[in-house]
This record gives sequence, C-alpha cells and structure tokens, in this order.
Amino acid sequence: MSKIGLITKGFLKENPTFVLVLGMCPTLATTTSAMNGLEMGLATMFVLILSNIVISLIAPVVPDKVHIPVYIVVIATFVTVLQLLMQAYVPDVYETLGLFIPLIVVNCIVLGRAEAFACKNSVGDSALDGIGIGLGFTASLTVIGIVREILGSGSIFGWKFITGDGVLAFVMAPGAFLVLGYLMVLFNKLAKR
Amino acid sequence: MVLSLTLVCLVCSAVLGCVYAVTAAPIKAAEDAKTTASIARVLPAFEGQPSKESVSVDGVDYTYYRAPGAGYAVISTVVGFGGPLTLMVGIGEDGLVCNTVVLSHSETPGLGAKCTSDTHFIDQFKGWDPAQKSLSVRKDGGEVDAITASTITSRAYSAAISQAYVVFKKLTENE
Repeated sequence: MSKIGLITKGFLKENPTFVLVLGMCPTLATTTSAMNGLEMGLATMFVLILSNIVISLIAPVVPDKVHIPVYIVVIATFVTVLQLLMQAYVPDVYETLGLFIPLIVVNCIVLGRAEAFACKNSVGDSALDGIGIGLGFTASLTVIGIVREILGSGSIFGWKFITGDGVLAFVMAPGAFLVLGYLMVLFNKLAKR
Repeated sequence: MVLSLTLVCLVCSAVLGCVYAVTAAPIKAAEDAKTTASIARVLPAFEGQPSKESVSVDGVDYTYYRAPGAGYAVISTVVGFGGPLTLMVGIGEDGLVCNTVVLSHSETPGLGAKCTSDTHFIDQFKGWDPAQKSLSVRKDGGEVDAITASTITSRAYSAAISQAYVVFKKLTENE
C-alpha cells in the first residue's frame, strides 16, 4: 500500500468509527461538543502513533505468548505519560475529558492497530498508520461533536448562534447514539458510491 | 518470556518515573493556581497567602482556606443529581456568604449543569445571611430561587452552602 494510502484509509476504507466501529465508549461519551471530540481524537492519536512506533520496533523480539501483556504495558505507559502531560500543561482539557483519558488504554483502536498492523509492518509504515487512523478517529469524533453541539447547544466550537438552549437530548447519551447511527448510515451510503 | 516482559516493564516504569518527575511541579502549580483563583473569586480582596487547614464537624473532615481579614473559603461536598457536587463557599468574617464557585460536578448538561453558569441562580447567594434566610428552595418553603427544571441540583447547591455555614459556625465559635 502506498504511503499516502496508509494515511487516507483511516478516513474512508478503515474509518475507525464508521467502518470498523471501534472505540465506541469515548466516541459516545466525549462528543458533547466539537471541541471535546477534537481533543479526545488528538489525545487518542498521540497514544496511537507512539504505541504503533514502539510496538513495531519490539514486536520481532517479543515472545508470542506474552505479546498482549507487553503491548498493554506499552500502551498504558504512553497513556499515563499523556495524562501527566495534560494535567501539567492543559489542566482544563484534562478536566473536561476526565476519566476518558485513562480509558484510552482499553480503547480497541489502539490495541487493534498494534495487533493488526504495527506488529507486522515497518516502523515508518506503522507511524503512518497511526497518523492515518488517528486522523480518521479525530475527524469522526469532531464531526459527531459538531452535529451534537449544533443540535444540542446551538453553537459550533463554542460560538453560539441561537439564544437559549438547543435540543438537550443531543447533548446527553441518547443523542450520542442517534447522531452516531445517522452519521454511520450517511457515511456508508456515500462511501459505497 | 519472563525476561522480556520484565524488561519491558522496567523500561516503562523508568520512562514513567522520568515523566512524573518532570511534570510533578507544573501539575502542582496548575492545581494551586486553580485553588488560588477559586479563593479569589469567593472572598473579598485580601492580602497575603490564604492558609489551608482542615476541621472535623460531626465526624466529617472539611478542608478550608483562611484568608486573614477576608474570611473563610470552605470546600463542601454534597450529593447532587448526577453524583457528588463540590463547592467552594466563601463566607466573610461578618458571617455573610460572599460568593460560591463549583469545583466539580456531574450534573446533567443543559439542566443541572447550569449551576456553574446561571448568574441569576449563583448571584442570589452573594451577601446571603444563612442565619436569617433559610437556605432551601422555594418549593421546600425556603427562599432560594431554583434553576428551572433542576430542583434537585438547586437543593444540593443550597445544602452545600448550609453545610459550609455549619463549618464556619464551628470555626468561629472556637475563637
């Protein structure tokens, strides 16, 4: 696969949210606004790129029987690094995303890419795969966040265009499922063309 | 097998140790800045650094900040609608509520979560005298104007202020 293909597949063919349907927990929980979705996507991308790089490096020497524990330790390390960095330098973002930062450890996308791609491919390709899937995830989360924010709060990226509230249900959990479902339909319809 | 897993864990712990050492100071600074900003919001202007202390009232420990000449900023946690609701309540030396600020909450977005932004609701507590005016919502026969459709959150908010006032009473009667 071409280098550019590695990056673009994260948006369309292997879009983690709309096609692979992975990492639903943060997708549903953190997309209450466009900004939150974007930040969560970027946080996941950070972990994904670094864990992909390290795992592609160590995969050849890790015995098969312990590869899952080793990958989890690597991923958990990067998540904790991210957590500490965010707490230190962007405490407000850290507070908004809260529990969902440590939960990146068990995000299926990260371990999934380690298992399905990074352990079989070169360092460079794994890094590109991390960027591609990470950008795809970020884009999906941001789109869901934008739709939910417009419908739920009447604003885009915090810029309010109506006075008062929107349809509150869209900010809450039921709205997350509705928006995700309709966007998935739309995405797959457009992708099939 | 054992060796490689041990090695990976050792390297990872070392990395984490380093990052922790580097970020420990900025994390503390960020937390302190947030506390200082909250204290400045809930109390009138004061000189110097407020001291952090704690006190036990009815078997529960409360953390509070004492700003000499200005009053007390009491941290008070109650159960809200969606989970714990933590407020910092500033009470002046005269026993009047100066201002309140939400430190953390898990109220419903757009409904109870308005307790952090609804100025009509928050500002009614400025200058409130808990000794004279009952701190419960009008529905319960008190004088607090609740946030529309969020009576439980408003009730919890008021309860947190009364709780802070109880702490304040205890602190001042000892002196």
